[in-house]
Amino acid sequence: MSAAALASPPKTAAELAVEFGLKPEEYDLILRRLGREPNAVELGVFSVMWSEHCSYKSSRKQLRKFPTTGPRVIQGPGENAGVVDIGDGLACVFKMESHNHPSFIEPYQGAATGVGGIMRDVFTMGARPVALLNALRFGDPEHPKTRRLVAGVVAGIGGYGNCVGVPTVGGETEFHPGYNGNILVNAMCVGVAEADRIFYSAAPGPGLPVVYFGSKTGRDGIHGATMASAEFDDASEEKRPTVQVGDPFAEKLLIEATLELMATGAVAAIQDMGAAGLTSSSVEMAGKGGVGIELDLDAVPQREAGMSAYEMMLSESQERMLAILKPGREAEGQAIFEKWGLDASVIGRTTETGRIVLRHKGEVVCDLPLAPLSDDAPLYDRPWVAPQPRPRLGPADAPAPQDYAAAMSKLLGCPDGASKRWIWEQYDRHVMADTLADSATGADAALVRVHGTRKALALTSDVTPRYVQADPYEGGKQAVAEAWRNLTAVGAQPIAITDNLNFGNPERPEIMGQFVRAIDGMAEACRALDFPVVSGNVSLYNETAGVAIPPTPTVGAVGLLDDYAKRAGYAGLKGGDRLVLIGRTRGELGASLYLRELFGREDGAPPAVDLVAERRHGDLVRSLIAEGLAHAVHDLSDGGLAVAAAEMALASDVGLWLQPPQDLPAYAWLFGEDQARYLLAVAPAHEAEVLRRADRAGAPAAIVGDAGGRDLAVRGLFDLPLAELRQAHEGWLPRFMGEIA
Amino acid sequence: MKSAVIVFPGSNCDRDCAAAIERSTGAKAQFVWHAERELDPDLDLIVLPGGFSYGDYLRCGAVAALSPVMEAVKAAARRGAAVVGICNGFQVLCEARLLPGALLRNAGLKYVCKPVELEVANAQTRFTAGYAGRRTVQMTVGNGEGNFYADEDTLDRLEGEGQVVFRYKENPNGSARGIAGIVNARGNVLGLMPHPDRAFEAELGSSDGAILFQSVAKSA
Repeated sequence: MSAAALASPPKTAAELAVEFGLKPEEYDLILRRLGREPNAVELGVFSVMWSEHCSYKSSRKQLRKFPTTGPRVIQGPGENAGVVDIGDGLACVFKMESHNHPSFIEPYQGAATGVGGIMRDVFTMGARPVALLNALRFGDPEHPKTRRLVAGVVAGIGGYGNCVGVPTVGGETEFHPGYNGNILVNAMCVGVAEADRIFYSAAPGPGLPVVYFGSKTGRDGIHGATMASAEFDDASEEKRPTVQVGDPFAEKLLIEATLELMATGAVAAIQDMGAAGLTSSSVEMAGKGGVGIELDLDAVPQREAGMSAYEMMLSESQERMLAILKPGREAEGQAIFEKWGLDASVIGRTTETGRIVLRHKGEVVCDLPLAPLSDDAPLYDRPWVAPQPRPRLGPADAPAPQDYAAAMSKLLGCPDGASKRWIWEQYDRHVMADTLADSATGADAALVRVHGTRKALALTSDVTPRYVQADPYEGGKQAVAEAWRNLTAVGAQPIAITDNLNFGNPERPEIMGQFVRAIDGMAEACRALDFPVVSGNVSLYNETAGVAIPPTPTVGAVGLLDDYAKRAGYAGLKGGDRLVLIGRTRGELGASLYLRELFGREDGAPPAVDLVAERRHGDLVRSLIAEGLAHAVHDLSDGGLAVAAAEMALASDVGLWLQPPQDLPAYAWLFGEDQARYLLAVAPAHEAEVLRRADRAGAPAAIVGDAGGRDLAVRGLFDLPLAELRQAHEGWLPRFMGEIA
Repeated sequence: MKSAVIVFPGSNCDRDCAAAIERSTGAKAQFVWHAERELDPDLDLIVLPGGFSYGDYLRCGAVAALSPVMEAVKAAARRGAAVVGICNGFQVLCEARLLPGALLRNAGLKYVCKPVELEVANAQTRFTAGYAGRRTVQMTVGNGEGNFYADEDTLDRLEGEGQVVFRYKENPNGSARGIAGIVNARGNVLGLMPHPDRAFEAELGSSDGAILFQSVAKSA
């Protein structure tokens, strides 16, 4: 779309509809629903509301497969964020959302506004944000754009989160050539609210004042939602004007003002202005409430003169809120907005008409029935083809490493295995003074105290895209299971998840096949583990020039620790500890980190996920932590037992040695990525009791080694000083970023 | 002890400071909005918290140093009340000329958040008396502009007069002579970049910060 088209939209035409991202058949549908041609403003409203980003038209049918209820669920998908009960009259509010397309085009602002947007989704519901996580996926480190994108995204996340004052406590960062043209920036925000003071977006009735507050509306981000629903091509750089600019100071003021306003009891309904700005917030609030809405666009605080109605409705300027107040409470709101120095204005009222009516400079510029915009948005049952299954690899199908010690250094020092210290040291992880475990800690999940209680929230984000690529169904199961396992490994009871489904173009049956089967797998794991989905986001069209990203359904998960004194990490290893492996090891090397990093192979089926075993082993491990029988715990994932043991040794600064069994090749035992496994450090005095408990629970358990010394060793194979391993682990990222030689 | 935490728009450690004071000393702290022109005359401790006052889009702390409440803070300092500026609060104190020097962009040009070991260079101030006998204490830093700078004469004077209170064992940001915290000549105004307000309980990684607040309470 050219700048000229944005500045002065030509008269309504089918061509313009196509330019706005509407398919010809969708435009025909609009004509039928309206019985007339829409004007340019109306067409703009339709095009964003019916964009993939806002309407979920390709995904809605599939998303219905997720379990979304449970004893702790207060609010499932469909609101700004999910809400779960955490006891003591408190609720945890959380969601994860992507900002992939903007971050690729303009990494600093794209990532920063991603963080800002997800925070607004959480405090809009009445929660104070208490933690941020982010799942980042970049292209090949050798790709010329990768370094700049890493630097920009990390600076953007830090620049925004640090300023607002919400700790960034966890996340993940990986690299793969499959993301060369489409990086993934998935940001998660977690907040805490009083369980009986959750705020929703549905307008409760007609005749109520509609109040705009926050930053002024400018020309930035126009049609961002439409951009985020299209593939990239060589001209994507030209889309930079559709990326919004963030102001974290304004966000901080907005949080405080919003929470203060909510505390007065004046708020009847509230919604942030995110994707598609004023359009989606007003349409959704009125639509959900079954009322109509009238807005006077002249009253909208504007950053520049001469903005058209079209521009105001489509702007994605950041840090803006729309609230519907109870009658006669406008003055209370005004006092709070003045205190915090925010622009604010009553811009309209709810009505009984079921229509959205916009006035600008004395004229009606838009008059549409609300129902077709949201309820009647297109719903596609896209055709899909089942992914081709890959053969399972037995231990004999994979080679042994030439040099075990070198293999260890390689796995701990490869882009995905290396320490991400360079990244997380740029994030404020401690503000709010409730962080118990963060990216620096040596724990499978972050832990933040629920302020003023003995409880803590456990937080993680997980997915293994190479598994999902190899088998979307098993990979989908694995993403959920690993998140559940990570929460368990710190001692927490897993509660619920948010999902961020990043895929390619759903109009291609093979991509739709990945999407459908990954959701099938995730849904099955959620059901088996009582781990409902309470919020989520879908990001499709992650393709450049016809090449799709590896399917990446990121899982953001929340668990609860009733007494944070009973927590575990993997940094507590002590000399003399016995190492206990929970779970069965067959030596699954298909789609493993080992095959990819040492042999350049990405073939084979991923490890199968036995959800019954997951649950049994996890419940056992959680009880061992609660009773103080296991004092260091690590889940086994990328790189298998060897990498988990090495991470435990490095985090604890204590050596260890492992004793391979007779019945499996050592490399399969060390590097196999069999699921449902944990490595436990157990005091010798507790060894017998731990094995007895495992036996009683029906969980395979074996002593696999001992802690002590300054080396990582495997009997008869290698002996690697921790210092050398640490150098490999810590060195890669700063070297890649050009900070050390 | 009667204490107040100043809240500027963009302060984000105000709650942490109040929690730290309360958990360390048992005394509740009051919040004072930046637009106030007067402070309670009997305050023992005034804390300028960390954060990004006014967004810090200009020089860090430069706008906050001109905000209405700062005249009252200066008057309280003249009266002899204890004033602590932590992180952004330290920057504000320097900009307000209550402390010498300035905080520049970190030498590594990046925000840095990490635990730091500190040498208590002077355990004879009202802020650090409780550290007597301790060689090192642990807190965390989280800043992008924590690189303390002053001219050589000022640095010599600070060191000579015992005004350097905390020094980094390993300099995280390029601060001159490893300086992490200083007091004014009179000894009642402290500025430091590390966060005692994030190190007041063992489960936060360190409880050494609590001693700072306890020392002030004891001297009150």
